[in-house]
This record gives sequence, structure tokens and C-alpha cells, in this order.
Amino acid sequence: MKKIAALTLLIAVSAIAQEHVTVIRNATVLTITNGRIEHGSVVMRGSKIAAVGPDSSISVPAGAAVIDAAGKFVMPGIIDSHSHTAVEGAVNEGSLANTGMVRIADVMTAEEIAAYRQLAGGTTTALILHGSANSIGGQSQIAKWKWGKPVSEWPIKDAPRTIKFALGENPKSANFRPPEGVPRQYPATRMGVEEVIRTSFTDARDYLAKWDEYEAKQKRGEPAIPPRRDLLMETMADILRGRIDVHSHCYRSDEILMLLNVAHDMGFHIKTLQHVLEGYKVAKEIAAAGTGAGTFIDWWGFKAEAYDAIPYNIALMTRSGVLTSVNSDSAELARRLNQDAAKAMKYGGLTADEALKLCTINPAKELGIDTRVGSIEVGKDADVVIWTGDPLSTYSRVETTFIEGEIYFDRSRDLEQRQQLAREKADRLKKEAEETAREKKDTKGRKKNG
Amino acid sequence: MAKRVLSCFVAALLSMTLYAQSVIPNNPGVKPTFAIRNATIYPVTAAPIPNGTIVFSRGVITAVGTNVAVPSDAIVIDGSGLSVYPGLIDAGDKVGLTEISSVAGTVDTTEVGDLNPNARAEIAINPHSNLIPVTRANGITAVLSVPEGGIISGQSALIQLAGWTPAEMVIKSNAGMHIRFPRLRSAPLADQPQEEEAEKELRKTYTKDLDKLRDLFRDAQAYAKAAAAHAHRFNRDTILEALVPVVEGREPAMIEANLARDIRAALEFIDEFKLKAILVGAQDVKPLVPELKRRNIPVILGPILELPPREDDPYDLLFANAAALHEAGIKFAIRSNDDHNARNLPYHAAFCAAFGLPKDEALKAITIYPAQILGVDDRIGSLETGKIANIIVTDGDPLEIVTNVKRVFIGGEDITLQTRHTQLYEKFKARP
Repeated sequence: MKKIAALTLLIAVSAIAQEHVTVIRNATVLTITNGRIEHGSVVMRGSKIAAVGPDSSISVPAGAAVIDAAGKFVMPGIIDSHSHTAVEGAVNEGSLANTGMVRIADVMTAEEIAAYRQLAGGTTTALILHGSANSIGGQSQIAKWKWGKPVSEWPIKDAPRTIKFALGENPKSANFRPPEGVPRQYPATRMGVEEVIRTSFTDARDYLAKWDEYEAKQKRGEPAIPPRRDLLMETMADILRGRIDVHSHCYRSDEILMLLNVAHDMGFHIKTLQHVLEGYKVAKEIAAAGTGAGTFIDWWGFKAEAYDAIPYNIALMTRSGVLTSVNSDSAELARRLNQDAAKAMKYGGLTADEALKLCTINPAKELGIDTRVGSIEVGKDADVVIWTGDPLSTYSRVETTFIEGEIYFDRSRDLEQRQQLAREKADRLKKEAEETAREKKDTKGRKKNG
Repeated sequence: MAKRVLSCFVAALLSMTLYAQSVIPNNPGVKPTFAIRNATIYPVTAAPIPNGTIVFSRGVITAVGTNVAVPSDAIVIDGSGLSVYPGLIDAGDKVGLTEISSVAGTVDTTEVGDLNPNARAEIAINPHSNLIPVTRANGITAVLSVPEGGIISGQSALIQLAGWTPAEMVIKSNAGMHIRFPRLRSAPLADQPQEEEAEKELRKTYTKDLDKLRDLFRDAQAYAKAAAAHAHRFNRDTILEALVPVVEGREPAMIEANLARDIRAALEFIDEFKLKAILVGAQDVKPLVPELKRRNIPVILGPILELPPREDDPYDLLFANAAALHEAGIKFAIRSNDDHNARNLPYHAAFCAAFGLPKDEALKAITIYPAQILGVDDRIGSLETGKIANIIVTDGDPLEIVTNVKRVFIGGEDITLQTRHTQLYEKFKARP
């Protein structure tokens, strides 16, 4: 027994000895949770942050790779609480009003270039969701953009399970009409959306009761037939059991209140409201429900339910005590969520510290992964981004993006690879042209012979 | 105070019931003499002036400098700690033509059919759109409002973002003829290999579209000659007539083309018809730089904050184009091509600066350069004596998001910074 323990220790020690260590020195470190450190260092050992502090307090371990980041800024990887990147094919299983049984994790792809482009904007982690075509769209996935790795390595394994709800114009199909002859799908009003959600949970409660009854009978030793397993009801039941976090797409204040009421009545919790463009109108109620908010800072007017969207939404919700984040819902916007955070300073006067939290620790809390990511703290994942300047400045860009201590984007590396890719592309095109010419010749020859 | 809160509330309420019609105060109609003192003044066409003074009167800039006498009747604004810039110019967007994107009844950007040279933006500008105060509140005082869709989308209007009627807003009508140059691919941005049959079909459509465009331009050339010769029994045609200034080189053809081969085809078209042309979009412009330079064709880049068109494009393709054009000495401007968020124009320019464009060039790309490209640099685009007083006062670099715009003057008039957004903000900040 002792021997085994000693052996384990030996293995552990050698594993540590082999762990790659990177030290970023002489940077302005934005820790997010412990203020900013001028002339600071961050030590990444293996996949974790091993040390952070002023240069003077951090010794560089032997064999460590050292990056001199003089004049540069270091902050944690940006977290996007609303993404549809890395989804293979259609994002909606919109065939039923409630498709809570389906999972985005089953259709993730590691080959969408958008993920790499987001790394180049400092984004490392995202909540990947279904679309909003139906009231309950399916189970989402929290993942990191581990570009180049198999997709099986992208999900954060111990992250909470999540599900997407949707309210308003999208689930009621307000902005598209089915082709002629095809009837409109229920629901077509906000009344119907409420009914779909309420009924789903009423059914789930019945389903749970059946299982409780069965298990009670079993316990008493009475003969019992198990109820039929239902994947959708299992999902709904897990929400009621508090095992799945609900993140709901919504716009208008009335539908926000509607969902909070249904959740209250049915006994489950809404983890975050997504988009929540009229959240500022009912910020008190959102705060009272202990519900978070992930929103666009300045999108408005793209549909009727977004006509009252204002860029002061985040400031008003934050001041009312709502945990708030900026998110993208867009592969383009996801490349610059730091800038959306800066807009919360412009519109409503958040401080720089509050602004930076909007795209780091706040979304980490909303997704329930804040013990791992969202700030530069010892023991957290080494998801760290080096910026050329203050990330709240429009003139700054990303130099290097680390996930769990590994480089997933580096500008100088990217520039080198470009040359290589251009050569490779030219070679392939040349080869293809030659092959086509040869094939044509062959076909001609055959025709002559035939 | 209570009265003010109440009127604010009523205004907000009204704005909701009137839906899509702004109740934000418009320009007051008075152009007194203003003097902004002790500010850092950025004329754009000259070096920044620390502790400078700018005077404007009756809508026109009358003095800029350090040793400037302030007229006795001037309303004096202390600009300590503040910066003064010319109003920013968006070289292409949809402000004025749209209100709620998904509500067709409020959208007037896109006419039916492929060839609409007679569609003119200024006809459909809604001076009371809520997008106008929102855009100008971030320092954008003039925009090129552009129709879209089809092959020839129509003619844009350069408008200032204040005025009670479209006519009061127009700085230059028929600013350009907007042509979305035919593309070989079906989707505007896709560049994926197609099935052989689909490829053939696309090629057919492409050729047909190109023929359509060239036929119409030939007809317009003939029409122009006939009109000039006062030909007998001359049937007027609104479509061809709209094209006459373009084929005669008096009105620029603003040709949107993005992939290199499309730009190349567009250049051939420009050569064939000897057009005065401006290239728009130009996502894949780098390989064409020498060709553009040789022809002296200016470029309106943007939107910059958009994904690169192809999977294998460098991530910074659109960010780096401006620097490349600048280095080659090609005149360029930057547009947002947005509607509700045209207010973010300065950040499109800033991204170019983050990727190699000098900062002062980025500022020029949204001030004096669009004015030059649109042929209005004698009137707007910089702070110079004699120019229209389109002036913004800020607490910093307007290309930085964290900078706030403190004052906006359009045509010498003091313009409110109130928007539908500030009104809703005030209303709900006061919620008990």
C-alpha cells in the first residue's frame, strides 16, 4: 500500500516536472477579481495559473518560457455567454414547440473557422446554444475554443448542464410565414409561448410524481412497474431537480416577467435571461429573482421587440443589482466583446473594472464556471490573453491567446502560417490544373480510339 | 424640476405611441455666433491646435486658431479639457431609409427588380426617423444614405443629420449611382466549390446579369447622345435618363465589388464605359492595388466590423485593407454600411488603426476623405474657415469607445444629444 502511494507520488512529481511553464512578465495584469497590477507577472504551469503578482514578487522557475510583455496588457480569456459557433448544420430543431431532449453537444464541429477568429479576438470560452425557433430549443454546451484539438476536447467536462428557452417573436414565428398550404405552428402568440412552458413543467411534475410513486413502492417491497422513460420529460424533470440551468432568450419586459412567474410557480430557477433588451424596465424583478442577464450592448431596432432596446440597459440592470454580461449571438461580434464592454462605460457610466467584468467573471458566474475561469487567480485555468494595449481601447489588438496554458492564437505565428498556407494553396491549385489538363487529354484520346 | 421630469415622461410616452416617428427636438433654426475656447482643435487638414479657439457664425466657420478674436455677440463655450473635431461622415449606410428592419412597412432601402437607377434615396428619407438622433449623438453629422438590392440599386443622397424636411437635410443629391456588380457566386460572400450543374447555372446567371448591365449602359450612352442632339420624336425614359450623368462621367458610379475577380471585372466595366468610378466594399482589394492606383480610383471600404468572406482568409483581412490602400497612396474612406448602429462608424475606423493604419489617417477616413471622394470637401470634412459648421466637441479621441460626445453642431445649429435611448434611460432610471 505504501509502495503504491510512493509510486503515485513519484508519477505525480514527474508529471509536474514535465508540465510546461510559461511566465508573462512586465505586463499590466487585469486580474478582474483583484484589481490591476502594473509591471505584473503571470505564471502558467501546465493548464493552471500557478502565480500572479508584481514582477518583484514572482521568481521565474528554471526552464520556463518567458514572455516579456512590456507595455502590454494581460487579461483572462473572454467568455461569451451566447454563441452559435462550432455547430454543424442547422441550429434549430424547430419541429416541435419543446425540443428540450436534443443536445447541441451532439452536433458540435471543430472545423468552423469562426472559433479561431474569436481566439484572435481574445475569446476562449462560450455557451453554445440552439436557435430560438421554439419555446424550448434544446440543451446547450459550455465549451472552450480549442482550435486544432478534436471536438471531444472542447466541452468543459464538469461545467453545469444548460438548456435554451426562447420567448417572443422568434418562437411565435412572427417574422416568417410557412409556405402556402402549411399551417402555422403553435404557438403564434406570447400567450401560447407561456402555455407551452407551463404545460411542459406541469407534465414534468406528473412524470416526477410517477417515478416517486414507483420508487416508494419499490422501497416498500411492493410489486411495481417502472414508468416509461421519456427523454424530454427527463430533461424537464432535471430542470425541476435543479440539475440543468435555464438560459432564456427574451426581449420584452412583459415576457421576462411571464417567465419569472412561470419559474416561480413551477419551482425552478432561471439562471440567465439572454438578450433581455428590455431588462432595464424590470431590473428590480430580475434582481429579486436572482437571475442573471446576458445582453447586446447596442443592438436595437432589428425587429419590433428590439425597438425599445437601449445601450444603457447594462448600466441600469447593473445598478439594480443584476449580474450582467455582454454576449455576442454572432461569430462576428464574438471577436470584440471587450469593446462592447467598453460601451457600458460610455452608456451609463460603468467603471473600467465593472466593464471588464462584463465579458469575464460575470459570464463565468452566469454559466456556473467561475471557479475555473473568468479571472486571473492562482488555481484557475490558464486562459490568458496578451493585448497590445488596454483592452478597453479600440486601438488594442490581441497578441497571444492561451487556453489552459497552451497557445491557441498568436499573431506572429498567424502571420508566418499565412505565407505557408499561400504556398500550399498555390501548389494545390497548380496540381489540380495539371490533373484537369491530363484528364482532358485522356478523354480526348479515348474518344479518338473509341 | 418635477415639471421637467413630467414632460420627459410624456415625451417618452408619446414616442411609444407614435411608434417609429421621433419626438426628439430637431434643429432649432437659429445659427448664432458661437466661440469654443481653450479646446484642442483638430482641423484634420492641419496639425492639432492646443488651446485653440474656433468661431462659427450663421452656419459657417469664420475663424480657427490660437490668436482668434471672439466677437462680442458670440455665445462662448469653454472647451477646457475638451477636443473639437469636424462632424464625422459615414460614406455609406441606410440611415433615413429604415426604421425597424423586420417590419417591411418601415423599410425603404430596396426597390423591386434588378435595375433601378431612377430610385433616389432622398425621396424616401424620413427626417423624423429615430435613427437620426441616435447616429448624430455619437458625432456623425453627415451620412451617405444608400439604396440597396438588385444590380443597380439606385442613387444615394449625402444628407446631414438634422433638418425638418428631406430637402433641408440634403447636402448633395444623386451623390452616386450604386451598382452591386454581378458576382459569379450565388451568395454574396460564399466562395465554395459548386456542383458542376449548379456552377453552370451560376455562370449563366452571372453572364446574363453582366449583359443586362452593359446593355443598359449602352442604351444610356445612346440616349445621352440622342438627348444632346435633341433628336426628333424623342421618348423620354426615366431609367435611362437617370443614367445619363453617369455615362457622361458627371456622377460617380459607386460600384460594390468584393472578391478580387469581381473587382477585376468591375474595373473592365469602368474602362469600357469610361466611368468616373468609386469602388465600394472591396474586401479583397489588396491584389488590385496597382490596378486601382493606375486608374486613380478611390475606394470606400467597409463595413470593417464584418467577418472575412472566405474560410481561408486571414482573420484580419478587412482590418488591414485601409493600411494597404494608405501605403499605396490610394484615396479611401470608411463606411459603416449599417443603419441602427451607424453610430459605431468611428470604431470601424479604429480597427483599421489597430491593424496598421496611422491614427490620423483613420480619422481622415471618416472626415475629409469621404468629403473629397464625394466632391464636397469645399463644404464639409474639416475645420476650416468658410466651411459649413458641422462640429463636434468631445472629451477625447472620437475613435475611442470610452470617449463621450459633448456637443454637436450641424450647419451652425446647436443640436440636442437627446435620443429615443436617452429618453427611455431617463424614464426607467426614475422608476420607483
